[in-house]
Amino acid sequence: MKKTPGPIMLFLLLCIGLLAIFPLVGDDFYTELITKIMILSIFTISLDLLIGFTGLISFGHAAFFGIGAYFLAIFFQDAEQINYWWALTLTLSGTALASLIVGWICIRTSGIYFIMLTLAFAQMFFYFFFESPHFGGDDGIFISSKPDLSIAAEELVDLGNEHHFYYFVLTWMVAVYLFLSMVLRAPFGYILVAIKANEQRVRALGYSTQYYKLVSFVIAGTIAGLAGFLEAAHTSFVTPAYLSWHESGIAIMMVVLGGMGTLFGAVIGTFAVVFLQDLLPAITDHWQIIMGGIVIAIVLFLPNGIAGALYSLHALLNKKGLAKADADD
Amino acid sequence: MTDSILRTERLSKHFGGLRAVDNLSISFERRKVHAILGPNGAGKTTLINLLSGELQPSSGHIYYEGQEITNHTPEKTARIGIGRSYQKTNIFTQFTCLQNCWIGAQTMLRTSMRFFLPASRLRQVRMQAEKALESCGLTEKMNHAASSLSYGEQRQLEIAMMLSTGPELLLLDEPLAGMGSEESTAVVGLLRELAKERTLILIEHDMDAVFAVADTLTVMVNGAELETGSVEQIRSSPEVQDAYLGHRDRTER
Amino acid sequence: MDSSFYLIQLLNGIQYGFLLFLVASGLTLIFGIMGIINLAHGSFYMIGAYLGFWFTGLTGNLFTGILLALPVSLGVGYLVERFAISQLYARDHLYQVLLTYGLILIANETQRILWGSDVHSVPIPQTLAGSFQLTGNQAYPVYRLFISISCIVIALGMYWVIQKTRLGMTIRAGASNREMVQILGINVDRLFAVVFSMGVTLAALAGMLSAPVNTVYPGIGDNILIISFVVVVIGGIGSIKGAFIGAMLIGLADTFGKVLLPEMASMVVYALMAAVLIWRPQGLFGRA
Repeated sequence: MKKTPGPIMLFLLLCIGLLAIFPLVGDDFYTELITKIMILSIFTISLDLLIGFTGLISFGHAAFFGIGAYFLAIFFQDAEQINYWWALTLTLSGTALASLIVGWICIRTSGIYFIMLTLAFAQMFFYFFFESPHFGGDDGIFISSKPDLSIAAEELVDLGNEHHFYYFVLTWMVAVYLFLSMVLRAPFGYILVAIKANEQRVRALGYSTQYYKLVSFVIAGTIAGLAGFLEAAHTSFVTPAYLSWHESGIAIMMVVLGGMGTLFGAVIGTFAVVFLQDLLPAITDHWQIIMGGIVIAIVLFLPNGIAGALYSLHALLNKKGLAKADADD
Repeated sequence: MTDSILRTERLSKHFGGLRAVDNLSISFERRKVHAILGPNGAGKTTLINLLSGELQPSSGHIYYEGQEITNHTPEKTARIGIGRSYQKTNIFTQFTCLQNCWIGAQTMLRTSMRFFLPASRLRQVRMQAEKALESCGLTEKMNHAASSLSYGEQRQLEIAMMLSTGPELLLLDEPLAGMGSEESTAVVGLLRELAKERTLILIEHDMDAVFAVADTLTVMVNGAELETGSVEQIRSSPEVQDAYLGHRDRTER
Repeated sequence: MDSSFYLIQLLNGIQYGFLLFLVASGLTLIFGIMGIINLAHGSFYMIGAYLGFWFTGLTGNLFTGILLALPVSLGVGYLVERFAISQLYARDHLYQVLLTYGLILIANETQRILWGSDVHSVPIPQTLAGSFQLTGNQAYPVYRLFISISCIVIALGMYWVIQKTRLGMTIRAGASNREMVQILGINVDRLFAVVFSMGVTLAALAGMLSAPVNTVYPGIGDNILIISFVVVVIGGIGSIKGAFIGAMLIGLADTFGKVLLPEMASMVVYALMAAVLIWRPQGLFGRA
């Protein structure tokens, strides 16, 4: 229900513009890295829907990313040609179904139980792929070809081409952002935000909050599945590590560092964390210590994340205060 | 024959050994103000929580418009037209006043599972939310964050939120608690206004206010009904004076 | 496979359950009394295991190793509570998850700096090295029995402290109603420091005791952490009794799962947890 202030909107458009021209000027290593970051951003944006807007702290969100990736891998690993539309539909319906089942059970609990239950389900899926000899086990699965994105036998985008793939993912990221912004401005989104603020009151006003939370969980899970699908298509490889609880933990860290409850914050957080993961090992072999320190520093000093800092900066420059900015909505 | 809108039948709620509400059979009449009195711990708020579905009774029944609603959830209770306000202010503090009431007003949609059009375009919802704020005198504060309101204003917003869902029956848990005398007068006026078209069930410690607005009074002691009657009946009942109104009145006499 | 094979599995399951109980009892108290989700709990198990390995290497004996490692673990726990955890009491679960996750990263990396990435083994003390011959080809190691007996002794000690001492009374009051402790005018800061340090020391002790059986390797704390969470959630948060029942259930389910369903052994415990929570969302002994 909070409107993004004009200057911040402008800043975001500028960032999108920079992303759009990057492959033309930047080197291939970073084009590839940013592709990966944008895929992860789709994943963390979906987590922000849960953490930042619905108040559901899922500690197992990576499971749906992994399930999405495995759907592509399991059904199409040996296919000579992968029909993109068919594969995408299958993946999205599969992850939607998985998140519906997991969500239906988890939503019945709250607080610590919800956190632990989502974690436990993620672990269950992790071990399912890790131990099962039918799905590649520990080694993962290679996918022999790229999805073929064609309409009426006309190839739209060559997903084997790194630059094409980059723009393809950028488009998806912007689309997901716009889609969730729309959902959050709709009556449904209002109820979600209210649930996060005070669920008991929302019930007393006449809403079956369980269903709203469940639908939010399914939307987030499905989008995470989309991100997993893109990652599998990008690397042509899936591994159980995608579902590891460390991935879920890092995703939470990205969302909070970026600033939860803003959607775009998740993208900023993802960029920040992946770049750190890329840069820190060059400084020291034991860079995880620095990473841990950063996590703790976020909790203590930057609980509203980078986006929160942007909002404060904007408010400071405006001198009118945040309340006014909210009130314009 | 009286026109009853809500009725409890041998309603009880036990917490362990404590009988918070004990075998209560009360009939609430349509378009009347029915106040519940009683000392602290008499089970008044528990009764409201039972009626609103926030607690499930240990035994007994609740009927609304002749339909049994004993085991309704809070959301189901709200949907059939029973609104409530809380003794402890229970609002969305980060939201503006309008947004607080917007959530309530949005219940006019058959479902809020709508994902595409912006909610802000729902003019009917906006009108109903604004109307609720207006009736509570909060129009000017519409775009202020609820957290920035004074305590009394937050109490008013509490009532506005309840009204924003357009309820038929109002459960009011100490609406005047902690209000200044000016605000109290305004809210008493509002309650009178509301009573013209709706049924009110009211818990309130401010006796002057209760006697000013109530049609019927029920006095509860230790979870049970002591006496029910008109203002005059209750005022003159020796039992009630003993148990609740205290010996003050009698010694004065 | 004869009955003595199953007897051995049963003993193994119980012994694993006891170890889980040591870890989970601290975790559940930290949840119940302090309202803190402590993801770093597994790291203390790891710290215990490595300290045990280190001091045993220095002194040449597991018992003296443990005796030296215990106070160090207690001290680390106290420092972590004072400097990190105490910042979290008024904060949302989300930040607790995040901060203690940061602690895991630091603990894991510190372990790598101090002890490297190799797998280490800890020798079983001479006095406990043998095994009981059950049948011709089935034997049960004395040391495993020692673990179980130690855990029983510790569990009884805990029971005594919680049921009979003043500290225990406070802990019980806090676990059933956190606000009550504050109302009663108990020094909450000190209570929290004690509960946290003791809780993580129990986890560290579990790490030390299991070191000779499981060896010591990086990431050893991660698995035990997640399983302990499963135990706590099954048992019901804040319930020691629940932690015990949960630990036994998981210990047995895991052990027999590995024997009977080797292809999906690790999934069994999570499936068990899901089943329990569908039936009782608050866990077996949790309060609604």
